[in-house]
Amino acid sequence: MKLSSAGRWVAIVGTAAILFAACGSSTASPAASAAAPSAAAGGGMTVGYLPKDIVNQYFAAAKTGVDKAAKELGGTVTQVGPNEAKADLQIPFITDLTTQGVKAIIISADGKDEVAPALKEAMGKGIKVVGFDSSPAVGAYDVFVNQVDFSGVGVNLADWACELAPGCTGEIAILSAAATATNQNEWIELMKTTLKEDKYKGLKLVDTVYGDDDATKSTTQAQGLLTKYPNLKVIVAPTTVGILAAAQVVSQAKKSDSVKVSGLGFPNDMKPFVKDGTSPVFGLWSVPDLGYLSYVIADKLVKGEITGKEGETFTVKGLNGDKPYTIGKDSVVILGPAFRFDSTNVESFDF
Amino acid sequence: MAEAVAASRLAGARWLMAIGRQRELTLLAIMFVGGALVSMMAPQFLSVENFSQVATLASITAVVAVGEAIVIITRGIDLSVEAIIGLVAYSVARTLELQALDPVGAIAMGLAIGLILGMINGFIIAVLKVPAIVATLGTLSIFRGFDYVIAGPDQVPLAGLPPGFTDISRADVLGIPVFVLLTVAVVVVGSLFLRSTRFGRQVYAVGSNPEAAAILGIPSRLVIFVAYSLCGVLAGLAGIMWVMQFGTINGTAATGATLAIIAAVVVGGVNTLGGSGTLAGAAIGALFLGFIANALILVGLSQFWLQAIYGLVILIAIAGDQLIRRGVQRANTRSGSR
Amino acid sequence: MTTAATASAPKAGGRRWTRLLARWETLLVVALLGLIVLGNALSPFFLTADNFSNLVAALMEVAIMALPLTLIIILGEIDLSVESMAGHASAALGFMWAAGVPLQVGIPVVLVIGALGGLLNGTLVARGGLPSLVVTLGTLALFRGLALIILGPRGVSDFPPEFTAIGFGDVPGTVIPWPFVIFLGLALVLGIVLHRTWIGRHTYAIGRNAGTARYSGVRVTRLRIGLFMLSGAIAALAGVILTSRLSSARADAGQGMTITAVTVVLLGGANIFGGSGTIPGTVLAVLTVAVMQNALRLANVSVEVQSIALGLLLILSVVIPMFAQQARKALDRVRGRRHQAADATAG
Repeated sequence: MKLSSAGRWVAIVGTAAILFAACGSSTASPAASAAAPSAAAGGGMTVGYLPKDIVNQYFAAAKTGVDKAAKELGGTVTQVGPNEAKADLQIPFITDLTTQGVKAIIISADGKDEVAPALKEAMGKGIKVVGFDSSPAVGAYDVFVNQVDFSGVGVNLADWACELAPGCTGEIAILSAAATATNQNEWIELMKTTLKEDKYKGLKLVDTVYGDDDATKSTTQAQGLLTKYPNLKVIVAPTTVGILAAAQVVSQAKKSDSVKVSGLGFPNDMKPFVKDGTSPVFGLWSVPDLGYLSYVIADKLVKGEITGKEGETFTVKGLNGDKPYTIGKDSVVILGPAFRFDSTNVESFDF
Repeated sequence: MAEAVAASRLAGARWLMAIGRQRELTLLAIMFVGGALVSMMAPQFLSVENFSQVATLASITAVVAVGEAIVIITRGIDLSVEAIIGLVAYSVARTLELQALDPVGAIAMGLAIGLILGMINGFIIAVLKVPAIVATLGTLSIFRGFDYVIAGPDQVPLAGLPPGFTDISRADVLGIPVFVLLTVAVVVVGSLFLRSTRFGRQVYAVGSNPEAAAILGIPSRLVIFVAYSLCGVLAGLAGIMWVMQFGTINGTAATGATLAIIAAVVVGGVNTLGGSGTLAGAAIGALFLGFIANALILVGLSQFWLQAIYGLVILIAIAGDQLIRRGVQRANTRSGSR
Repeated sequence: MTTAATASAPKAGGRRWTRLLARWETLLVVALLGLIVLGNALSPFFLTADNFSNLVAALMEVAIMALPLTLIIILGEIDLSVESMAGHASAALGFMWAAGVPLQVGIPVVLVIGALGGLLNGTLVARGGLPSLVVTLGTLALFRGLALIILGPRGVSDFPPEFTAIGFGDVPGTVIPWPFVIFLGLALVLGIVLHRTWIGRHTYAIGRNAGTARYSGVRVTRLRIGLFMLSGAIAALAGVILTSRLSSARADAGQGMTITAVTVVLLGGANIFGGSGTIPGTVLAVLTVAVMQNALRLANVSVEVQSIALGLLLILSVVIPMFAQQARKALDRVRGRRHQAADATAG
């Protein structure tokens, strides 16, 4: 009798131990490795880097710049974030960074209003918030680093389409990211405004479709465009996922001679399509520089060198031709104009 | 008079039965009529090019749907297929990028990974006796988690793949896309396996009546284990096709694909309570959903409608099946009472 | 005779102890305490008051959906459509607010829509005799699709601060978030309904054997439909709370929550085939998952690993009790044999 009740105890304790092991084993090793860098950095400041999601190579590219700046300035970067770009998943990471008492948060907001209360709470506790890529609501950040002059992109997109359509005439279509994506919608609006000018009167925008920054959906949408508009001359995709999908579809359909693809894309993604003539011209800003500038600004905010007020100026060595940046309306800083990539220069970029 | 009514009802029931039996033909008929309507609004719909594009894309879903159908016929379900597709797609693409294996070796590796993941599901369900929905909901998180762990933010670009690898998705034999031929081959081999082998008949037996199957001495657990393993292999095959089709692969490939796969199986007339259904039905179900998505784009209906229409199609398919089944039962009891 | 009685009394007392210890809820408490110790070891910030607030706030919509889902699973059914119903509620609320409908009207309307969605699920399952897994997979797509049709790509975000304070704010003077209070209130009500009323008894009876329950006079169809309606309405409530916490209504709100909700219910000890499960178990499971996720985040463990941990936890929550049961049976068998042997020698 005694023995069997002891056996039952063993079973209970054993079961509990297995349950712990399940959680414990999976936490142990990564936790140890995560703790290491912060210990090594010693006295430097800790910054939380919170991208929309951690599986997007765009944010990995930006992080290389963040890391570079942190190394130069003697700080530590903790990357946290969800593996899906969704606001409700991003909020707990903001509150946790606040609890951990980081000095600054560098964030690309999944939804500008959704993350605002949590960011304001962080700011209330003295944490500096730097937005980049996608802005939190005004008032929920100290400085927002805009990757590019938005109206400039609108003109660029129209210009590239004009250049690629023979004689600047014919049907063009837009393949965008999610229909809710604020950046893309703004660029598309500015592009449409530009298209109204006399120079572009030969171009006819026939459709705008959304691929949700998902490879499958973007491919389906691009195929749909080719089928639906047999006379299509240019597909403009102001998103790195969309432009790649569109270029692949056009190239695979062996229509590279009649249909061209342009927009915003990574040089590394687009090299083969520059070569095969599908996408002779496209653009993007330097994503690593965007990360670099964001960290430098976070550093300056923490050190009190700037406060984020409109009109403040500062210089960052190696960026903007060493000319000073000026903080504009709503505490926005603009990284610079978009690069134009074509066969003459695309091979010299690596991101 | 009453006699005549009963007779007409009986005729109606026979008609229902005929529909129920010929699900594949019914779907093809709906596609034919629907296609005619769509092509009136968008003439491009009827082009050979459009057909082969849609069929190629639908082939990926169809191949997994065949595996899912085998599992559902045994009265199970596999919610983890999308994670298997994603994990295999990334592993294969990355291996090719690193040139660790030649394309044939990478394809073999992809199928092997699919098989192993399917066997893990089979083990948890058949040996540990965890209910299928719980087990595969769990492995959905686990497999996807592994995919994220190995992939991180890395993305294998099209240029990283060996030249010609993605051409397979566009290649055709006598005008028929290779992917479609592959799907047909999978369906034919799978159907022969289910219809003509003892093991195949055991799959149906386990699904239609597990107790009776046990009494008859059918090794149900082995049958279930093999069903999930097969599903894993086919999901692995779909993962390889995914790489060929899309070229650029990261850790999120195929996220959310399970819904369309199960929808294809259900629309294809496989009984979700197990025991009946054909693999051809599942594949045609996938084609059917592919054409709906294509038609929506061409007709210019906002893609926001797609989800709702998928949902409606699932509900109509299962409710219709049930009505037919009840009609048949009623007819049977009536003719039996005479 | 008398010796037997005195001998059996302490034995029964001992049984009760071991039975309590062997209960799933007890294990969960142990696991929870263990995780708290672990969390404290991993991060110095873990045991702070602010962190408690963060920890529960992140999971409350899922937790609220998990409560009626517990009843549905005890019934032997499942409702996968809850996340889409939450999204649909968010979209509908945003749509009405943007059209000038006050929230006092909008919120009740949304809850009614939720109940109607549940009615659709329940009718197809209970009257149509269709498997709930597939029905709710269909409505998972349907409700999400309707949300997208209603609101499209827009987000509505100009809600009044009184409303958004519910989702994000704490009860004044404490660190307890309002949604947690709502969750506990609902848990109390549903706990009483499940464990102290005829509704609960009938729910268990149907889950064990629907046929037998029907023959003993349980209104199976009506109860099934009722519980699906409850699930729909409460999922809509979760959608309202999510809208408030995000201070924004979006058609994609709540995506991916179903898997966590189902995990929580099963981890709470409910049997996926029906017939067993408790509300206290679900509440404990909610806290366990919340603590685990928070501890892993504070330790900067990446989300990939969290996803793997959640999946393992789900499978283990079924495997462990099964093994425990088998072990118990084996023990009982051994003991039974010993008793027989003892009886034989006595005889």
